[in-house]
Formats: sequence, structure tokens, C-alpha cells
Amino acid sequence: MTTASSAGHPTRRDFLYVATGAVAAVGAAATVWPLVSQMNPDASTVAAGAPIEVDLTPIAEGQDIKVFWRGKPIFVSHRTKKQIDEARKVSIASLPDPQTDEARVKAGHEQWLVVIGICTHLGCIPIAHEGQYDGFFCPCHGSQYDTSGRIRSGPAPTNLPVPPYQFVSDTKIQIG
Amino acid sequence: MSGPSDFQPTNPALKWIERRLPIMGLMHSSFVAYPTPRNLNYWWTFGAILSMMLAVQIITGVILAMHYTPHADLAFKSVELIVRDVNYGWLLRNIHASGASMFFLAVYIHMFRGLYYGSYKEPREVLWILGVIIYLLMMATGFMGYVLPWGQMSFWGATVITNLFSAVPYFGESIVTLLWGGYSVGNPTLNRFFSLHYLLPFVIAGVVVLHVWALHVAGQNNPAGVEPKTAKDTVPFTPYATMKDMFGVSCFLLLFSWFIFYMPNYLGEADNYIPANPGVTPPHIVPEWYYLPFYAILRSIPNKLAGVIAMFGAILILAFLPWLDTARTRSSKYRPLAKQFFWIFVIVCILLGWLGAKPAEGVYVIAGRVLTFCYFAYFLIVLPLLSRIEKPRPVPNSIADDVLAKSGGKAAPMVSSLIALLFAGGLLLGSASDARAAGDAPAPPAQKWSFAGPTGKFDRGALQRGLKVYKEVCASCHSLSFVAFRNLAEAGGPGYSMAQAAAFASEYKVKDGPNDQGEMFERPGRPADYFPSPFPNEQAARVANGGAYPPDLSLINKARSYKRGFPLFVVDLFTQYQEQGPDYVAALLEGYEDKPPAGFKLPEGSYYNKYFPGHAIKMPKPLNDGQVAYDDGAPTTVAQYSKDVTTFLMWTAEPHMEARKQLGFQVFVFLIILTVLLYFTKKKVWANAH
Repeated sequence: MTTASSAGHPTRRDFLYVATGAVAAVGAAATVWPLVSQMNPDASTVAAGAPIEVDLTPIAEGQDIKVFWRGKPIFVSHRTKKQIDEARKVSIASLPDPQTDEARVKAGHEQWLVVIGICTHLGCIPIAHEGQYDGFFCPCHGSQYDTSGRIRSGPAPTNLPVPPYQFVSDTKIQIG
Repeated sequence: MSGPSDFQPTNPALKWIERRLPIMGLMHSSFVAYPTPRNLNYWWTFGAILSMMLAVQIITGVILAMHYTPHADLAFKSVELIVRDVNYGWLLRNIHASGASMFFLAVYIHMFRGLYYGSYKEPREVLWILGVIIYLLMMATGFMGYVLPWGQMSFWGATVITNLFSAVPYFGESIVTLLWGGYSVGNPTLNRFFSLHYLLPFVIAGVVVLHVWALHVAGQNNPAGVEPKTAKDTVPFTPYATMKDMFGVSCFLLLFSWFIFYMPNYLGEADNYIPANPGVTPPHIVPEWYYLPFYAILRSIPNKLAGVIAMFGAILILAFLPWLDTARTRSSKYRPLAKQFFWIFVIVCILLGWLGAKPAEGVYVIAGRVLTFCYFAYFLIVLPLLSRIEKPRPVPNSIADDVLAKSGGKAAPMVSSLIALLFAGGLLLGSASDARAAGDAPAPPAQKWSFAGPTGKFDRGALQRGLKVYKEVCASCHSLSFVAFRNLAEAGGPGYSMAQAAAFASEYKVKDGPNDQGEMFERPGRPADYFPSPFPNEQAARVANGGAYPPDLSLINKARSYKRGFPLFVVDLFTQYQEQGPDYVAALLEGYEDKPPAGFKLPEGSYYNKYFPGHAIKMPKPLNDGQVAYDDGAPTTVAQYSKDVTTFLMWTAEPHMEARKQLGFQVFVFLIILTVLLYFTKKKVWANAH
């Protein structure tokens, strides 16, 4: 009944035990993979997340619309001259998350601001045209964003993210 | 579970916990130090196999519930989406569906083992009764799980089984209405079955804990049927029993994987790939194979209430076994008569299962009655009588004596009974397919399909040509609603690029909306869109097709089958033949005859087809030579069209077939290596115990 192997002298029995244990461990790990992988978005969800096109012609100056891409609200704002100036006048160094307005819009289309409308604090949806900075105000915990969607005050740590998009024509953008 | 343990951890943190909750001591005394009889054979590994199966079913079930929608309008579709779109969804579903069958296979072996070796006798009566309760819970769980995909068999199985309760005098109708939550099986029924199907496995797990507890109090029975007397009679559970169990589990996984990866639909019914239709009952309602013996008992009694009582009685009588068989000798090894009657009983059960799948008519009814009598006679006449008249052979003094007396010669009966059981199991498993409707149509000729067999792959050319035939011919009447344009670019499919799939999609007009004006509009198709249906609804389709509803073709190759008969279905189990659907569809497309044979009266608006059940089909001959132009030089004949479009429709029915077979190969290589290693490890561990 002595099964203890002599330490320091690996025997054939030790090798067999280690090999069996190793193969079983590999199998267990490989089994876990599909069980976890199934939690990722399925193929139809991925396909439904394809890029969308948004026609800008109906959006008048000073107005903004909300569209959904991949289940996220995207704010498309047609900014006024005043709003653009406000965004560009501010000292970058004074911002909690320093970024120029130029880096957040497409050159030649400065009047269009496209941001993901989800507060970077805890995911609520900010309200447009509210707050002290003429930008966005999050009602959940009072974060305030300016006309470039940058965080100015409140608990949110970063600016509203800009989704990947491009101008297909002067009046049409493709998001995604 | 076997009293206080002297196990003491050395780690101070573990010591701290152990003093407050002696869980490690419990585990140690239950699964490490626990003395297990040293003469257990491999039939005893089924306890471990069943524990594993319960875990497998719970894990895959919880995962499937993450993606499943328990709604009458969405359930069938959500199951298809799991199989098609969820990562490894096809694998999880196959595991869960075949897992139910494997669970029952294992539980039947476990029960027969208990019966043979007298494991229900004093002091293990409660242990046995807990087992009967687990079995009843399993049957309820399995039945409700089968309803969830909401196919034709799900729906009509639910209808038939719930109607069993209408046999109750006075309250029958009220009970059935209560079970349904409506005036017929419908959405409320599906919802509550889903809820209970999720709940019951955890109840089973709870009763399993009691079962194991009772086992550890009474101790395991063993093939000799004598209780351990000295330390020489037992070995510690770990490593002896654990290694043996793991080897058994590994062998069982090989069988399980055969079904998961190579025969996923062998144990199911083709009709369950047709969405539930409350207006049409399939010609033959057959329960899953594991209920067939009881179904046969139900049908063999001509009175409704008596039939239901007999069926439930056949299960409940098991609980009284400890008091029906009062013989003092436990193991049938030492009971020459009981042994023979045991094997007769096994054969009776298998024959009952076979009858359960046969139509209830003619000689089958008489056979059913005789076998039902035999079933009950075994418990009510044979066992009580044998207890009195049988003269058992002397049992060994101790387990150690039994082990020493055993030398060679013992393996042969084990092997032969294993082979007999495997064969019988195959017969039972396959018998379900026997009941499939055949009508008077001849069996379709078996064709050679590129996708058949363990290494089969789709012929890309055939898939592309088949798509063309579908688009230009079939699509004018038949929808393909589970297939999206993006699927055309997926691995294992027709091999188009994403750009080609997008271009193909853009040729279709897809209804979308409402737009900002609140109106629906048409736009070009996108890869994420599904093939649009030719008709807006079933009524419109019927009006345009002389009253017949052209079925959706996405699953047609899985939803059609034909009777294979004995012994072919047993052979199929080994050859992995599962192309009944494609054989039938291809034969149907070629089976048109201009003139019906003399004496056959063709109804108005129908066409004669050799392979269609009943021969009168509403679909006119769809394919003619030269109808669809091929640009790859393949012959433009009806035979080629049929073959191509059938191949394409096999892909639409199972887009991940290539992935399934490929993963299956890898799993088999792995499992064979593991099984061999476990065999030698087990042998080494046991070397000093013999």
C-alpha cells in the first residue's frame, strides 16, 4: 500500500501520473473555452453592428439629433458659430481631459460634432443644450460637458468619446 | 457524510476555517478516506458518470437559457439562432440534447445494476427509493425540456402527456387546464415548462446529495453482496475508486462525443425541426426513446384511466422493490433463478421499448399486453415467489475471499453481457426511428453526398450552384427565413467573400421602417438581412399555391426523413449514415411522373410524385433540364439541379457542419489519449490492491 515515490528520483509511475494529470488539465481548460466564448456577441448581433449612414440635411443649425449605432446613442450636433468659438476659446490646459476641439471634429466640417452620448462617469445619457457650458449635462450625477463634448465639471473622468465616422459626402456621414 | 473525520489541515488559514466549518473534513471522509469495497466492477462507475452528466446538463442548460426565448412565437427561432449564431451554440445545444439521452442511458444501466446485485435490499431501502425519486424527477425534467424547442414533436408530446391527467376522474379536465394555463397547450404552457425545466435539475441535485448521503451511511453494495468486515475488504475511495471512475467517465465521454459530433440528430425526431403547428398532428407521435417502454404499457391497456395508472404504476412499483424481493441473498450472482429472470426482465423492457415506437395496431397490441403482464409479473409474482422457493448458492465469507477466488474466466461473461447490452441499447435507441411515417412511398435511393461521413465537407461548387437554383426556381414560392446573406461569406459555406455577399444582398429589396414620416419603405438588402420571404404571410402563400403552404426550406433537410427499419438503423449508428433528409429531398425533386400509375386517382390540382407520402403533391414539377444556366460547366440536368440544391439546403439546415466534424475529430484524438492514459494510471494505482 506504499504509493509514495522516492523524492528526487522520478519513476515511470510519476511520469504516468504527471502525463495523465497534464492531459486532463488541458482538456478541462479547452472545455472552458466554448463555455466562456458563448457569452460574446453572437453573429447576428455583430452583423447588426455594421456601419450606418446618417443624412445631415434635416438638421438645422443649433439643432441636434440622436441616432443609435450598436445600441449606443450617438449625438450629431449642428453647432452654431458661437458654439464653435466657445469650444475653441477655452484654454486647453484648464481642461480635466485636455483635447482640442479640432481633434474632435473633421477638418472642413467644424459645425458637426459627433459624439457617443454616454456619460463617461457611469453610463447615463446626458441632456443636450443644458448645463453651464452650453453643451451637455448629465442628470444622474451632474457632469457637465461643453460644446465640444469635453468634460468641464462633475465626476466624469473623460470627454464624451468620438465614434469612428467619416463624411461620405458633405451632407452624409457614415458611423462605424 | 460518514461521521466525524480525523482529517486536520496543516495550513493555519485552513485550520481556522475547519474549526468553524469542517467542510474539508467532510470532503475528505466522503471522497478520499471513504472505504469502498475492493471488488467493485465497472458497473459501479455509473454513479460517477451520472454525477458528471447532471453537471454537464446543468452547465449547458444554464448557458442555453442565456440565449433561449420561452415564447410560443420565438422559441423555435431562438433555438435556431443559438445553433447558427451563438459562438459554439451548436456544440452546446448538441451536448444538451444528446446529453439527455446519455443521462437516461446511464441511469438505466445504473438501475439495472442495482436490480441485479440487490442494491435495494436492507439496509439500502431509502437509498433505493431516493433513486426512484431522482428517476421520476429526471423523467419530468426530460419531458419539459423536450417541449422547449417548440417543434411539432415538442408541441404534440406536450399535448399527449398533459392529457394523461385528463384520465383522473371528476377533476381531470380542471387539472389539465391548470397545467396548460389555457384551453390548449400554448404560450403559458411553454413559459411554465421553461421555468420548471430550469428548477427541477436543482431539485434533482438536492436529492442526489441525499442519495449520496444515504449511500455513505449504508456503504456501497458490491458484486458479492456481502458487507465489508475487515480493512482487507475495502480500499480508500481516493485514489482507487476515483481513478476507476475517471477511466469509466472517459470511456463514456467517447460514446457521448460520438453523438455530439457525428450523430447529433440520430436520437431526435425529424418532425421536431418543423415549428409547432396546433392544427396538424404528425402521423406518428413518439416520445423520446427513454420513455418508450412506459408508453407501450400505457397503450396496451384499452381503458384510459387504467392505462395511465399502469404507466405510473410501472415506475412506482420500483419503490416497493425492497419489500417485494425478500430473498436474503443480495447478489444475483449467487441466485441461479433470479439471474435468469433478471435477463428475461431486461429483454422484456427492451421489447416494450421497441413496441412503444410501433404503431398501436394488430399484433403489436397483443404483444404489448403480453409484455406488460410480464413486466408486472416480474415484480409481483416472480420476485416474491423466488424469495421463497429459490435455493441460492453459498456466498463468499468476505469480499477479500471473493477477490482472491476470482482469477481469469471472469472477464468473459462481463464482455458478452456488455456486448449484448450495447446491441440491445442500439436496438432501443434506433427503434424510435422505426415509427417514422413511411406511407406507401418507396425508400429514396441513397445518394453519395460530399458532406456525408465523419470527414464530409460541402462541395463549394455545388453550394454555389444550389444557391442559384434556389434563387431562380425555389425562391418564387419557398422562403429561407433562417438564412442571412452574411452567412454566404461564412467559413464552411459557399465560400463567397463578404463583398460578394453584400453585392448579392443588394440585389434584393428588403422592407424596412418605419422612417421619420412613419412609413415603411424598401431598401436594398444588406449582409445582415435575411432572405426575404416570397409571401407576406401563410394565408397569402396558400392562396397562391392552391391551398398548400410551401414550407420554409432552411431546415427542410433535417425536417424530412424516412423509415430505415431494422437492422439498418443499428448499422447507421456505426456508419454515421444520417442523410435520410437529403436523400428524400433529392428523390422528391426527381420523383415526378407525367402519368400516375393505372388505378391511382390523382386529386384535382395535384401532381404525381413517386416519393411523396401519398403521392399527390401540390407542387408542380419544379425543375426541367436546361432551366438554370450554370457557368462552371456542370451539366444542366434535373439530376444535377436536385443534387446541387439539396446540398445547398443541407448547408442552410446546418451551416456549422464542417466545424462540428472538425472539432469532433480533435475531441476524439484527445479523448482516446486521455482514456489510454487513465487506463494505465488506474492499472498502476490498483496494482498493489489486487
